[in-house]
Amino acid sequence: MNARAELANNFFPFHGGVHPPEHKNESTGTPIVAGPIPKQLVVPLHQSIGNIAKSLVAVGDLVLKGQMIAAADGSVSAAVHAPTSGKVVAVGPQLVPHPSGLLEHCITIESDGEDRWIERNRFDWRNADGRAIRDYLRDMGVVGLGGAVFPSHLKIGGAKEGLDTLVINAAECEPFITCDDMLMRERAVQIVEGIKIVQQLLQARQVLIGVEDNKPEAVDAMRAAIAVCEFPIQVVVVPTLYPSGGAKQLIKLLTNKEVPSGVRSTDLGVQCFNVATIYTIYRAMEHAEPVISRVVTLTGNVERPGNVEALIGTPIDDLLAFAGNKADSDAYIYGGPMMGFEIPGTDVGLSKAGNCIIAKSGALFPPKPVEMPCIRCGKCADACPAELQPMDLYWFGKSKNFGKAQERNLFDCIECGACAYVCPSNIQLVDYFRFSKSEIWSAEKLKKSADQARERHEFRIFREEREKREKAERLAAKAAQKHDAAAASSDPADAERAAKIKAAMERAAAKKVEAAAAQAGADPLTPVDPDAVSVPVSEAVAAPAPEPVVSQLDPEKAERIRLAMEKRAAEKAALDALSPEEKAARDAEKKAKIEAAMAAAAARKAEKAAAQAQQDKSE
Amino acid sequence: MNTSPFFIKPTPLQVVMFKVAAALVPAIVVYAWSFGIGILVQIALATATALATEAFCLKLRGYPIKPFVTDGSAIVTAWLMALSFPPLAPWWMIVVAAALSISLAKHMYGGLGQNTFNPAMVGFAIMIVSFPAQMSRWAAPLGVAPQSMDWSAQLSWIFSGQLPAGLTFDAVASATPLDTVKTQLMQHASMSNIFHEPLFGMIGGVGTEWITAAYLLGGLYLLWQKLIPWQIPVTFLAVLGGMAGIFHLVDPTHYTSPMFHWFSGAAMLGAFFIVTDPVTGPTTPLGRVIFAALIGLLTYLIRVFGGYPDGVAFAVLIMNLAAPFIDQYTQPAVFGRKGKQKNAGAKS
Repeated sequence: MNARAELANNFFPFHGGVHPPEHKNESTGTPIVAGPIPKQLVVPLHQSIGNIAKSLVAVGDLVLKGQMIAAADGSVSAAVHAPTSGKVVAVGPQLVPHPSGLLEHCITIESDGEDRWIERNRFDWRNADGRAIRDYLRDMGVVGLGGAVFPSHLKIGGAKEGLDTLVINAAECEPFITCDDMLMRERAVQIVEGIKIVQQLLQARQVLIGVEDNKPEAVDAMRAAIAVCEFPIQVVVVPTLYPSGGAKQLIKLLTNKEVPSGVRSTDLGVQCFNVATIYTIYRAMEHAEPVISRVVTLTGNVERPGNVEALIGTPIDDLLAFAGNKADSDAYIYGGPMMGFEIPGTDVGLSKAGNCIIAKSGALFPPKPVEMPCIRCGKCADACPAELQPMDLYWFGKSKNFGKAQERNLFDCIECGACAYVCPSNIQLVDYFRFSKSEIWSAEKLKKSADQARERHEFRIFREEREKREKAERLAAKAAQKHDAAAASSDPADAERAAKIKAAMERAAAKKVEAAAAQAGADPLTPVDPDAVSVPVSEAVAAPAPEPVVSQLDPEKAERIRLAMEKRAAEKAALDALSPEEKAARDAEKKAKIEAAMAAAAARKAEKAAAQAQQDKSE
Repeated sequence: MNTSPFFIKPTPLQVVMFKVAAALVPAIVVYAWSFGIGILVQIALATATALATEAFCLKLRGYPIKPFVTDGSAIVTAWLMALSFPPLAPWWMIVVAAALSISLAKHMYGGLGQNTFNPAMVGFAIMIVSFPAQMSRWAAPLGVAPQSMDWSAQLSWIFSGQLPAGLTFDAVASATPLDTVKTQLMQHASMSNIFHEPLFGMIGGVGTEWITAAYLLGGLYLLWQKLIPWQIPVTFLAVLGGMAGIFHLVDPTHYTSPMFHWFSGAAMLGAFFIVTDPVTGPTTPLGRVIFAALIGLLTYLIRVFGGYPDGVAFAVLIMNLAAPFIDQYTQPAVFGRKGKQKNAGAKS
């Protein structure tokens, strides 16, 4: 065997993983068919991680297919488009496919049945700069279709000297789901075109497509499409083992690089895109088609399981009716059985994350047996792809010892559920980890708000002190003026004394300036020690020091002091000129500014954390 | 509401426990074949007491009785304890031991999965410390004893302490091979003379060596079923055998061979069924190796230099105490955090 042939299937296994029954054949018997055009579409506006897109339409507006109906809000967001032509009948909170069952902003469109496209202009991406390409992808609503809906434009660009490896995630490791498999079987050529676009945008030196070995037809189709391609693209067939489709697991499989949590794969020279995302990038770049539909697997307890190219926003009810839902279905899983969730209602609209809908029945998914005690058998640790010790994390979570859980890398858990799958005691381990994580998050939130309250309080004390001090200074200045006037009128001895007082005051001022400088260096919100500043003032007034004299100050310092004093005086004058109401307004404004800055910082941090978390999740 | 994963692999705890019990069956059969019905009586008594105590404790603690009594854990505990008892021990001893091991060593710590010490070994240790004389009255293998004891005589002895006329217990009892070696060596007997006694078979004691071989067989079944990690029995037996080997090489007249140590006493039972108890041992891969190695070391030291003929029970109990500590300091690195990033190298 020559070296090339050996390399073709060279992979680096990750620790753990499980092999649940695949249930893939049910939905691969028929080609992808176009989904129904429903009477009404409920298009969620939260179609990416990050901010909810801003609605651009109002009730009563007529929209065309592909028309942008909501614009990206901020950088971690993507636009949303009308999936078909029709009339906007509602803009507002609705039930969305999310496990929480909370309402979120949606745009409801009544379709006119004509499915009329908006005029499309082809984007000349070959001659556009990076910024323009990113904006274009954002405005085409391109997000990760593997389920994480991470905005794709955030992954394009950035790597100036080129990317080492572009990984295409076609592993599709979850049982039941076959949408990527079918897409590759039927549209391999377009996918390869898409890969070429992304490879060019990222200047990737090698492209690896990771496919599990339970999709031989897809592998053949992709290899055939690649054969005519001038750029070397490799299809790496990996063993069927869940969670091979987790971005980190796939990167490890294909490149032997382990991306630690909190680190972006780009930092290791790897970027990972889901194969369906690549397809939409191709449609957007070459055909100016925004993401208004996706292939979704309808399977489980239905008459005609298969894959449907459905419009985003199609109510799940319509999709189930299309596939022939059976009467004894008791719930519906959105996503795969390992990481998906039960939808809170079937009237929710399909989102870009919706790769699979499984109708559940008692026969297909028997109720889980009673949870038994953990016997620390370690099966979970053997199965954990993050190489955690789930039995310990379970123990810490159960005893609410969250700090310890965090210490033992709780946040490295990718919630793949492999541990719960193998547990002989039927413990829903992932639930304990989700619980621990949410408890830690809420504790952090509480702490943050407590910190903010404390800072507000400290700022108030600081302000009160400052006002008191300024009042004292004003009084002192007045007293000094009086004194000066008296000194000017009387004998030379008095004049000498006045000079001394002045010198003392200047020293005091110098000290104050120093103290202020020191203060400025420190956290501006920490309260000023009142003594540090107010003492010299009283000293100046009460005890005119006998020591000399202005001449001893070095001229540069004296100049600085003079300037500072002038500035201070000007400020004071301005402050004095203000009425009490104005003063109050000024303080409030300052406070508001500080709070706004703090809030903005917190938001930025949260956004960053969310983006990171999302990128960490499976593609 | 149900949460993901919606699938689970159907390997319930009961199945795990009953597979462990099933792995003990060959040894029990060989035991009864070579030593008589006594062991079956001990197992029956231990099982009944353990289940009754389990039910009683669950009721006291307000737990659902059925799922826990049927989980099989009490049965495994009872069998392991009965197998470490002298088969002709008076009936009340195993009853007391089983009751104490379930109530004291298991439920007082919070029940299944929460106990610090191996319950079977706690029951055994309490009795050997409290009743050393009765606990050292081992039956001789059938056919080796000067007078044989039929099943009715065995039952009568266990339940009433009475023997048929003309039979004395001394005539049917014998020390275990490990004990014999130890006492005889103290009396300055030579090793070759000791091994010429009829009690000794090819490598261990008559009968005993076959029972331990059956434990080994059961252990291999557990390994095949992936119910125990191979590192534990391998490390334990390696260290026990290694220690025995070193001493045997240095002075073969005073120290028996590794084979003798492996196929005598509770070495095989311990290696596959007791040291491998997941609840009371460490869970990290390195921790398990350290744990098993130290038990092997302690077992050898107690056997050869300590006050008891066998050392598995005490070695296990001592190391049970250290298990959480070992876990704490042997945490493996998680995905992506293994010191140096391994490099992919050129792939194309």
